[in-house]
Amino acid sequence: MAKVFMKGCEAIAESAVRAGCRFFAGYPITPQNEIPEYFARRLPEIGGTFVQGESEIASVNMIYGAAQTGTRVMSSSSSTGISLYSEGISFLASARIPAVIVNVARGGPGIGDIRPAQMDYLQATKASGNGGFRMIVYVPSTVQECVDMVYEAFDVAFRDENPVMILADGVLGTMMEPVVLPEMKSDAEVQSLKDAHRPKAIVGHPLAERALAHPGNIGEDHELRNKQAAAMYETWQTNSLRAEHFMDEDADILIASYGISARVSKAAIRDLRKEGYKVGLIRPLIASPFPYADYENINFDRVKGILDVEMSIPALMKWDVEHAVRGRTPIRECLRSGGNIMTKEKVLAEAHALIKEVLG
Amino acid sequence: MEKKVYSRTIGINDSISGFCPGCMHSTIHKFIGEVEEELGIVERLVRVEGVGCCGLGQKYVTHDTTLAPHGRACAVATGLKRTSPDSIVYTYQGDGDLASIGLAETMHAANRGENISVIFINNAIYGMTGGQMAPTTLLGMKTTTTPGGRDPEKKHGYPMHMCEILNQLTAPYYLERVTIIDPASARRTKAAIKKAFQYQMEGRGFCMVEIVTSCPTNWGLTPVKALDFIRENMLKEFPLGVIRDHGCEKSGSSETN
Repeated sequence: MAKVFMKGCEAIAESAVRAGCRFFAGYPITPQNEIPEYFARRLPEIGGTFVQGESEIASVNMIYGAAQTGTRVMSSSSSTGISLYSEGISFLASARIPAVIVNVARGGPGIGDIRPAQMDYLQATKASGNGGFRMIVYVPSTVQECVDMVYEAFDVAFRDENPVMILADGVLGTMMEPVVLPEMKSDAEVQSLKDAHRPKAIVGHPLAERALAHPGNIGEDHELRNKQAAAMYETWQTNSLRAEHFMDEDADILIASYGISARVSKAAIRDLRKEGYKVGLIRPLIASPFPYADYENINFDRVKGILDVEMSIPALMKWDVEHAVRGRTPIRECLRSGGNIMTKEKVLAEAHALIKEVLG
Repeated sequence: MEKKVYSRTIGINDSISGFCPGCMHSTIHKFIGEVEEELGIVERLVRVEGVGCCGLGQKYVTHDTTLAPHGRACAVATGLKRTSPDSIVYTYQGDGDLASIGLAETMHAANRGENISVIFINNAIYGMTGGQMAPTTLLGMKTTTTPGGRDPEKKHGYPMHMCEILNQLTAPYYLERVTIIDPASARRTKAAIKKAFQYQMEGRGFCMVEIVTSCPTNWGLTPVKALDFIRENMLKEFPLGVIRDHGCEKSGSSETN
């Protein structure tokens, strides 16, 4: 397939269209505005619907409604806007409704900064809303990964009947890269996907078979529904653990990072290797469920230290890494924030400091 | 020879009502059921219900139903209707849901002219949460959060008139305020619901039926005295009638009952 040169946000939107997304609602917020703008042009061409919601709250509830017809839906926002999605995401998870939500993350907390950051890690992976639900969270590090993960996310959302999040950042959303776009699903295929989901949709049922979202609300066994959801989350341990290991076979120093920071870290690792240091990287491609075993099974006889690289102060993914490492090797931090993008020089400096500390 | 002249509509089931004595939700649900049956849309009707007592209605209706987060019914209905245009989508919302927490969703769905029907239950109080001040609470009315009565001097604000507020917008097609205090007004309420659904079937756009109702439990009145309160107080603040009916203006044939 031919490569095309695309901006991250637009590639995300086009990939969603090709995956069969036919409804998008969103509200402007930087740095993800090119996503709704692309859908506004693109969806009417293929019989889809774009709605500019009056707020993030309205937008997430529009996709909550549209998804209940079996339609493939998406919404996107950024950080402080995603906070306003919380209740809607919780309702999607409660009613087991498939939807794809993209967070092109910016600085935080609060209004933060319109520039890129990775400060929504815990919100995305641990508690995107009330009620203890879980959600698969993809963490791409290139525009190509954005495209591939978005395309896959729709199938996963329908497989699990659950919302799925793509946690990108302002770098990925606004940078241009050559990408290979996935195959466009035909209208017939999109319609058959919608029809296949019909029994689970909330529209068009005969009198004796009426559909009801949130049946727990009327006194049926709410606990049973929570147990069913928990059992579904458990299936992720076999089908959704995903991490990349980069130059870690002989490494005595490891970098733990994700997304754009992991990509910058790889550049630093190549330099460190040229200097003769055995440095590698383990990064999650899916941050929820977190691939604990990849860090759990590190050879701690050989690995003398881990550098956690994130565009977040304080460090957030480090909590998950610590949970797997359990004190068996020191974990140091290499952090930027406030809209400052991680640099190779910063990673090199912190890596040298760690090497000096643990290897002498 | 016996002849069956009346039976329960297929639009509602045979559950025993859990609504309080004198509550009008039961009557309104019966009307919705009768209207969907008369219009032949039982399998097309989709209910988006708000929270609180409005969210209890799913126990009794026989059509497809979803629950919106508090205040978001019009946004949820927007998504449903846009992706399932053959469905007849209505929201069922109380005054706190529609006029307070969901004001933005209500206003903007109306302003876009979404082809949905809104049934707005205005009893001037929060029911299920135990009788707090609503945006439509009358001046002087005692609630658990205005124990001395609603007082603009204390910055409690004034009752909001949603039909009139929406009437400032260009897009809405039909706005009517009705009540259920006697057989005649009950018939008008049913006719208004029917008209809103019919307009949606014709693709006319946003319609809202505001039903001025009671909450005997939280008003602290008997069901009969609550009807008197509607007559003597509520209807002075919320006058009944057609606020806008583009169908009537255009065809001249769409009289309410």
